Amino acid sequence: MHTKTIVELAQGLKDKDFSCVELTQHYLNRIDQSNLNAFITVTDELALVQAQAVDNKIASGNANILTGIPYAHKDIFCTKGVKTSAGSKMLDTFVSPYDATVSQKLNQADLVMLGKTNMDEFAMGSSNENSFYGTVKNPWNRLKIPGGSSGGSAASVAGGLSCFATGTDTGGSIRQPASLCGITGLKPTYGRISRYGMIAYASSLDQAGPMTKTAQDAAIVLNVMAGFDDKDSTSAEQKVPDYTTHLNDSIKGLTIGLPKEFFSSGLDDEVADNIMVAVKEFEAMGAIVKEVSLPNSTHAIPAYYIVAPCECSSNLSRLDGVRYGYRAKNVKNLEDLYLRSRSEGFGEEVKRRIMIGTYALSAGYYDAYYLKAQKVRHLISDDFKKVFEQVDVIMGPVSPTTAFDLGSVKDPVSMYLADIYTLSANLAGLPGMSIPAGFAQKLPVGLQLIGNYWSESKLLNIAHQFQLQTDWHLKTPQEC
Amino acid sequence: MSLSEEQVSQITYLARLSLNEAQLKDNTQDLNAIFSLVEQLANIETDGIEPMSHPLHMSQRLREDIVAEQDQSVLFQSVAPKTSNGYYLVPTVIE
Repeated sequence: MHTKTIVELAQGLKDKDFSCVELTQHYLNRIDQSNLNAFITVTDELALVQAQAVDNKIASGNANILTGIPYAHKDIFCTKGVKTSAGSKMLDTFVSPYDATVSQKLNQADLVMLGKTNMDEFAMGSSNENSFYGTVKNPWNRLKIPGGSSGGSAASVAGGLSCFATGTDTGGSIRQPASLCGITGLKPTYGRISRYGMIAYASSLDQAGPMTKTAQDAAIVLNVMAGFDDKDSTSAEQKVPDYTTHLNDSIKGLTIGLPKEFFSSGLDDEVADNIMVAVKEFEAMGAIVKEVSLPNSTHAIPAYYIVAPCECSSNLSRLDGVRYGYRAKNVKNLEDLYLRSRSEGFGEEVKRRIMIGTYALSAGYYDAYYLKAQKVRHLISDDFKKVFEQVDVIMGPVSPTTAFDLGSVKDPVSMYLADIYTLSANLAGLPGMSIPAGFAQKLPVGLQLIGNYWSESKLLNIAHQFQLQTDWHLKTPQEC
Repeated sequence: MSLSEEQVSQITYLARLSLNEAQLKDNTQDLNAIFSLVEQLANIETDGIEPMSHPLHMSQRLREDIVAEQDQSVLFQSVAPKTSNGYYLVPTVIE
């Protein structure tokens, strides 16, 4: 059952091949037996109660395609009555009193939540080695990273521990782990999905999205997750189309832009070969390929590592040990309470980014760093605008290499370079996807698609057509 | 530009963080490496370029100045480390 897609499981439930309780128990057993460390909290009792309610609903003929599908929820989304830690010791004891809009929408769709997935603390990381709850292992090779920060979500889908999962992408945190774990991950246009109740890292970049086995499943889940929310001031008042409608459209005549900057030195040869084979597959389907240039994308890393830490230093200032979360014991005074609660509660990478942001926003440095980075961000966005006058979609690698060894990247700058191909889409607010496109060193390689604003439907169509011609998305790790 | 340990110590104070000696040394090294990477932004010509404050160039949406939320202070205070009579309790700061 755990290799089936949403579409296949929905059919199985409808045909009564298995009940929702049996399906849920199957996944819970797999989570229990797995050693991927993909979950922070397993909500087994709640899941079985939900599953029983769903079985009753199915019996009364009241089911939609997502009714009873078991999924894993990234631990960054607030879930009423269930611990929401964001992978941090700071929120280890936090049980949210309310649901994020995304959680509420998934509940309303009668999905079954299996638990909350492991993640880099406050979504800061590219390897899922920054979690208070330990590192997640890649289902394809347990000595490798799953990617971050939605590493637990990616590993849970790839490892057959959930049918799909939610993720968030601030600098590539859906696409990069999806790529390294061999699944389909979609980061929609900024503002497409509500950020209400999603613990904020960098507010002008964070965006939620689905992590699934196939593009078709991603379309089905996005239908539920997307939409305007007046509780989120960054939510876009944009009509939500039915993302499944155009999956089968022909892509003959599609123009694909390959940015030369995405194929420069630093890209692993085998990864590059896989990407080019995938592009050839599109050509065989009638697409036209052009070389394009995103000259300012080479500045995406320094721009991102100013903008995101500045926003995080502001967002995380609320965590001071007073109102909720971790509070240091035996403090001397209020200042000591702040200092020690934050120092003991936050991990190393979070502290590092808070320090970068604090410095970059301090008097005398604001113009040189934050304002400059925001101007460069504009240049990056303008590059995309020009390219989308010539092509329908941009393609390239997601990550310069396949999943690297756990613990092998020690210095932060080298780790930040892992995001080189994903960051620019976040800075511009554009939608992006990763779809399985081959293997290198026996590990998955993801193909990145970047589309124009609000072109999720087009991206899903392109990805679906690729998945009708290839079987990379059907490969599963042998032992989980 | 190179940050000294003293400057990093000041940054940690502003961020309400504290570091021990070894952490301060490591962080000074890491921050200097990160800011060296960031320095390349200085060479980019951005005269006349507007800073991009919102990816969709949206302006802040405003609402009518009316109460839209019900009082949930009891519920929200239920997750606080310590409360009393509707207040958040923190350790004594004035003896």
